[in-house]
Amino acid sequence: MAEAGRPLVRIRELKMHFPIHAGLLGRRIGEVKAVDGVSLDIIEGETLGLVGESGCGKSTVGRCVIRLYDITEGSIAIDGADISRVDQTSLRRLRPKMQMIFQDPHASLNPRMTVAGIIGEPLDEHLALSREQKLARVYELMDAVGLHRAFARRYPHEFSGGQRQRIGIARALALNPKFIVCDEPIAALDVSIQAQIVNLLEELQEAFGLTYLFISHDLSMVRHIADRVAVMYLGKIVELADRERLYADPAHPYTQALLSAVPEPDPEHERHRRHIILKGDVPSPANPPRGCNFSTRCPRVMDICRQIEPEFLEVSPGRFTACHLHGTTAQKNGEQQPSTTQLTH
Amino acid sequence: MNEAVTTKREFGLPPPRSQWWDVWDQFRTHKGALAGLAIFTAILLAVVIGPWLWPYDPTYADLRSRNAGFSLVHPFGTDQLGRDLLARMMAGGMVSLAVGMTAMLLSVVLGTLIGVVAGYFRRLDGPLMRLTDLFLALPLLPLLLVMVMLFREALSRRFGPETGIFILIVTAIGITSWMHTARIVRGEVLALKEREFVLASRSIGTPPRRMITRHILPNVMSPIMVSATLGIANAIITESALSFLGLGFPPDFPTWGRLLFDAVDQLQLYPSRVILPGVAISLTVLSVNYIGDGLRDALDPRIRGR
Repeated sequence: MAEAGRPLVRIRELKMHFPIHAGLLGRRIGEVKAVDGVSLDIIEGETLGLVGESGCGKSTVGRCVIRLYDITEGSIAIDGADISRVDQTSLRRLRPKMQMIFQDPHASLNPRMTVAGIIGEPLDEHLALSREQKLARVYELMDAVGLHRAFARRYPHEFSGGQRQRIGIARALALNPKFIVCDEPIAALDVSIQAQIVNLLEELQEAFGLTYLFISHDLSMVRHIADRVAVMYLGKIVELADRERLYADPAHPYTQALLSAVPEPDPEHERHRRHIILKGDVPSPANPPRGCNFSTRCPRVMDICRQIEPEFLEVSPGRFTACHLHGTTAQKNGEQQPSTTQLTH
Repeated sequence: MNEAVTTKREFGLPPPRSQWWDVWDQFRTHKGALAGLAIFTAILLAVVIGPWLWPYDPTYADLRSRNAGFSLVHPFGTDQLGRDLLARMMAGGMVSLAVGMTAMLLSVVLGTLIGVVAGYFRRLDGPLMRLTDLFLALPLLPLLLVMVMLFREALSRRFGPETGIFILIVTAIGITSWMHTARIVRGEVLALKEREFVLASRSIGTPPRRMITRHILPNVMSPIMVSATLGIANAIITESALSFLGLGFPPDFPTWGRLLFDAVDQLQLYPSRVILPGVAISLTVLSVNYIGDGLRDALDPRIRGR
């Protein structure tokens, strides 16, 4: 499925640097490189999982892709239309194509608006519907996400987290988007509710032919929903591969470490599994290390890693990674793959 | 709220009713606010309709019956020139309330506008907040003095002496009292702007104008309401102080503040003359505060229905 389709979203060398101001005059003393050169294709109809630890810039990528931020560098094209430099007024016409589902369902709904008002907001902005038409559409959307129609005139605080997330999903669906950025949509929910929401997202994807960029730090949930998975570390993508291949045979040492941290339900496996424990902290994105971003914590670091930044290369068809272990620079190391059998049962 | 009705009929649900009914329902549950509304309405009616019904003119001096106590002819008594105090209270109330409400409106509108614009548009934040600091640092009374000196004649000629002074005083109070509202509102807007529902609205493509009216303003309503209700009290009292200093309305023109200050000299002989306008001011301020309190609760859906 992943190889067949055409890319709906094409991101090239995306950079988002937030300036740091300090001092009496607020001079610019540096910048936080939240996203520092990300290239991705998201294929129509697929779910691309974007994983990484807190602060690695995955949410920033999500927000940049639908241009909630004015990006520093790079290009973003959605459905063939370049949106990287377009000003917000002209962007308005393209907004219906791309929508976003937010992490915190308590913060993403205006507490002073009714459910009908919240779901109807995109309709107000982009379509000229009569009152009845709008209400009919709102009811239709509420049906689609499994909310009772009688809830239309209630306020967000009257709902549970899962229901609120459904309201947020209905709002994102209102304009029939092609592409939805799901920014940790399940992170703030109970485990029992998480599955419901993920299943709802999958059903909706099938029904409306949606493409998702699914941002999460929950590796098992991403494994469940995503077709391809991209792993981010400190503003860069370190590995991108099909779900099965990435989980079975992670190429990048960071992915290996990340996967070894996923809890294993079988205690027998858990006991014999080798954990890769990373030492130290993530370096500051305001002052990333020289060479490879991961070189300060990598268990298999080489001299070259501290000097030269590895390129993001296709090491085998459909599988990309940025690591000297797999690049042309260290071909011989690339041969002897680490035995990952211990890592993934 | 009418849960039974809505869930009984699965389809053809009644269209969502206007939220103003919910607001009214909640407002009615606030006893203090209802009492405040009743008292404020009574005062308003008294000062607006009263002068039409009451036979005495507030400026008519009847020297034979000066310093009279409470009686049927003069229920609130008379002052040292024999002017009927009830008539003066009603006439003064009209002016005081008009000044208070207009000045409050001006100050709240100005403060909210500047606060929202400064909070929402980063580029304007610096200049607008420095302007606010500038106004906060200005000494109020000398500024008012200069304003009165400069504009009193021109405005009196243009609109007549009383309307001219009214405009002058309202403007003077309005533009010297908006700063606190502006600062509070700016702070709230700065916090709101980073909330996810504002981001969600941006991702929908809502332009800044509607973003402010739909998402920002309703959520900064509480501090604005508090500012507004306190503003009325403040404006009435500032007007009194101005009249006292001779910068406000002419001496024979009654306002509550004027009556109060006129009577202070004879506080020990005729305490009722101080107490009556004092009580009128306090009652107005208190009732407005309670109305504001009730409104603020009623406008917040999280409190509504409790």
